[in-house]
Amino acid sequence: MKEVRDPLTGHMTTGHEWNGITELNTRVPRAIWLFILVTHVWALIIWILLPAWPVGTTYTKGVLGLDQRQQVNKEIAAAERAFAERDRQIRERSVPEIMTDVSLMNYVMDTASAIFGDNCAVCHGTAASGGPGYPSLIDTDWLWGGDTDQIMETLRVGINSQHPDTRHAQMPAFGRLGVLSGRDVRLLVPYVKSLSGSDIPAEVRAAGEDLFSRNCSSCHGADGMGRLQAGAPNLTDDVWLYGGGDNDIFYTIWDGRQGWMPAWQARLSDEDRKMLVIYLQELADGERP
Amino acid sequence: MISRLTSGERSIALMLASTGALIGVLMGAFGSGDPMGVHGWIVLAFCGALILVIGNNFYDPEPSEDRTLSYYDDPTKAGLIIALSWAVVGMGMGVWVACQLAWPDFRFENAWSSFGRIRPVHTTGIIFGFGGNALIATSFHIMQRTSRARIPDQVAPWFVLLGYNLFCLIAVSGYLMGVTQSKEYAEPEWYADIWLVVVWVSYFTLYVRTLARRNEPHIYVANWYYLAFILVMAVLHVVNNLALPASFSGAKSYSVFGGVQDAMTQWWYGHNAVAFFLTSGFLGMLYYFLPKRAERPIYSYRLSILSFWGITFFYIWVGSHHLHYTALPHWVQTLGMTFSIMLLVPSWASAGNALMTLNGAWNKVRDDAALRFMMIAAVFYGLSTFEGSFLAIRPVNGLSHYTDWTVGHVHAGAMGWVAFITFGSIYTLAPILWKRAGMYSAKAVEWHFWFALAGTVIYVFAMWNSGITQGLMWRTYNESGTLKYPFIDTVVAMRPYYIARAFGGLLFLSGACIGFWNVVMTIRRAPLKEPERDYPMNSEEPQVAAVAGK
Ligand code: HEC
Ligand code: HEC
Ligand code: HEM
Repeated sequence: MKEVRDPLTGHMTTGHEWNGITELNTRVPRAIWLFILVTHVWALIIWILLPAWPVGTTYTKGVLGLDQRQQVNKEIAAAERAFAERDRQIRERSVPEIMTDVSLMNYVMDTASAIFGDNCAVCHGTAASGGPGYPSLIDTDWLWGGDTDQIMETLRVGINSQHPDTRHAQMPAFGRLGVLSGRDVRLLVPYVKSLSGSDIPAEVRAAGEDLFSRNCSSCHGADGMGRLQAGAPNLTDDVWLYGGGDNDIFYTIWDGRQGWMPAWQARLSDEDRKMLVIYLQELADGERP
Repeated sequence: MISRLTSGERSIALMLASTGALIGVLMGAFGSGDPMGVHGWIVLAFCGALILVIGNNFYDPEPSEDRTLSYYDDPTKAGLIIALSWAVVGMGMGVWVACQLAWPDFRFENAWSSFGRIRPVHTTGIIFGFGGNALIATSFHIMQRTSRARIPDQVAPWFVLLGYNLFCLIAVSGYLMGVTQSKEYAEPEWYADIWLVVVWVSYFTLYVRTLARRNEPHIYVANWYYLAFILVMAVLHVVNNLALPASFSGAKSYSVFGGVQDAMTQWWYGHNAVAFFLTSGFLGMLYYFLPKRAERPIYSYRLSILSFWGITFFYIWVGSHHLHYTALPHWVQTLGMTFSIMLLVPSWASAGNALMTLNGAWNKVRDDAALRFMMIAAVFYGLSTFEGSFLAIRPVNGLSHYTDWTVGHVHAGAMGWVAFITFGSIYTLAPILWKRAGMYSAKAVEWHFWFALAGTVIYVFAMWNSGITQGLMWRTYNESGTLKYPFIDTVVAMRPYYIARAFGGLLFLSGACIGFWNVVMTIRRAPLKEPERDYPMNSEEPQVAAVAGK
């Protein structure tokens, strides 16, 4: 094929043809050369300014002397300096003191809400109100105690965790391990419910009371009010960790329950944990009418 | 199809299939109790089916057609149908993955259907299943047409096509069983990788053998791109998959690279997979089907040269922009960033060359949805390369990295560019292959076009919004100087966009289903028409007999 002029654009073809396809020999538009120039000059400038090309075992450092590793170390150091004073105050002052310092409290609430969201919300919910198997942290019902020191300790060591000092929450599997028969467990279900006020026939109560005092009271107390040292919940209120339905209670007694909460000592600093405790107390106060 | 093979070719095919079956049995036996064993049985079933098909027609009479008179299109036809099947499967998986992100219960409590397993089924299904088969099929067509020569033999193209699909099957079934090397887009384990090398080498040889027989003095641009795709993918694949199997009877291996070197090798591979698989190959497609359909000469040959070498040279350097602000040394990141910016010009030169080629054919773009598919593809190609270069700038990447913005960018490329150019090409190619006057339903092509465009736009906008929101939330500080939003808040913020994305994906999938149906109906119902001058150089007449032989 010969080179011909394309009538539409006025450019010549290259004279090649492939199954009907031809090409024009249009020259590369000036704009393209210009952009090539601009991008290359830009790249050149960047190479001069920043670390860029390997040379043997080292590399060109760039005239700005920037390096991401040094930069990040610097930024971390600056952040640590900025927070050092506030961290010191949180460490050294008591909770009531902190709670009366408005500016420090703002800092605590701002910071702790993100810490809570990133570490605790997966289990306890974004509003800390809990869910099945995970206790609410903003009510007055505590498994292990709601004092500052008690919560601090719960956070430090966790529950059934791998921490050497962990708290142990062991609700034994009475049915599965053969301590109680299915009939006993079925008797205990209405009895447990009656502790929080529901009516049951007198003979069921008598049998249940007997079973309860022999098997359960060591942890839940003779009156079912629970014992903080064992993490055994109060059974006389209508707050249920694992559900208050007949089936839920049956399985609690039959299979046992061992809630698991990680220890935070190695993951969150003392200051962070203290802020969390204050944060939870504030949330709980907000909940109270 | 078997009856078109000579008895010698049939014997070779039978031998190859039997060897495959034997390997399958060995894998099944040695790997029993391991996913590799299951893979052995899959290989055996695949090769067994082939043996049956070949055996059934083994003693058919020798073919009488004169092979110099026509092109060999059977593998192209099969490849096209397989590509469309993968499209529906891969996009279907995509919609499912999207639904899992919006509604986590869509997992249905199975191990195999968990997010981590079906996500790679989606990516592999689309990139390698749909994209790869479309590339192989169109390359068979284009290498013959632009060389005016028939493919040199009739077993090799089948070996490439079927072997490649066996690889895809092993890959995808492996993910469902939890088999992965944990390298993105290079998940399959060592034995699948070795198999792909074998297939790929025969693909390359086949291509070069065809070109060697060409009856045209020059090699058309489309072929440069396809060859770059085949050659560079081979190098990338081999290097990134260098690994030591933990045992020869199990699907587990350890990369020979460690730490940051491993990450750099992976993203050198990863970005060049984008470059040479998802860009170079499809540019080959564009360079053939767009001028063909528009019936216009390529705007500038010189621009083609400039952009081909520009893309080929610059892409190799940019992988490190996937590792900004990581343990990778700063200087490597600088190089990745600067070369990404320099890469923009040749990329836009390609997109511009395509769009300028349409000058004088804009009325066709308006009326012909197939050409419009290709036009939009060029636009999205320009868009996603601009976005890519922008995202490669370190501070921008600091915002975008790890967010849905990357996902938005990817899908502007994968849906808007790769899938659009493929569908436009398929609508051009199918009538030629099956010698039809046109697609069965032009209206259905229109519908597909608008579904696909709406789906892409919804998807990409949703992910831009989601990604930028996410990125900004992650770096928002409150007055106390500490981070404002816990991660979970960003998850909540993304939810509406995830729902929108699932909807956009569903639209795109619906379009693909319409397209598949339309192709099937074209094969079955559309009126016959002999394509013009569709035969190799040395034949005078179109060979109707060759078609009937199928
Ligand atoms: C993996 C889930 C999980 C995570 C994460 C978690 N918790 Fe817990 N947490 C629990 C469970 C389960 C219990 C109840 C254990 C039991 O049954 O005694 C619990 C109990 C507690 C208690 C004791 C409640 C009481 O009534 O005495 C406190 C306080 C607490 N968590 C605070 C936190 C804080 C603060 C965080 C974040 C730093 C956190 N938890 C993270 C699961 C979790
Ligand atoms: C060894 C101490 C121990 C004994 C004995 C024990 N419990 Fe428990 N029980 C616990 C602990 C600890 C929990 C909380 C488990 C947790 O938080 O994971 C608990 C939880 C429960 C709950 C669930 C409360 C809720 O809010 O969902 C019920 C109901 C219960 N126990 C009933 C019984 C009954 C009935 C018996 C006697 C058959 C019994 N327990 C004996 C320690 C004990
Ligand atoms: C000039 C051309 C391009 C450049 C410079 C570029 C650059 C980038 C950058 C910077 C990222 C984000 C990396 C990160 O933060 O993790 C990225 C991701 C990605 N891009 Fe592009 N891009 C280009 C073109 C394309 C095209 C055309 C496609 C599709 C056909 C594409 C597909 C992808 C994919 C699949 C990813 C995701 C990788 C992952 O899984 O993380 N890119 N690209």
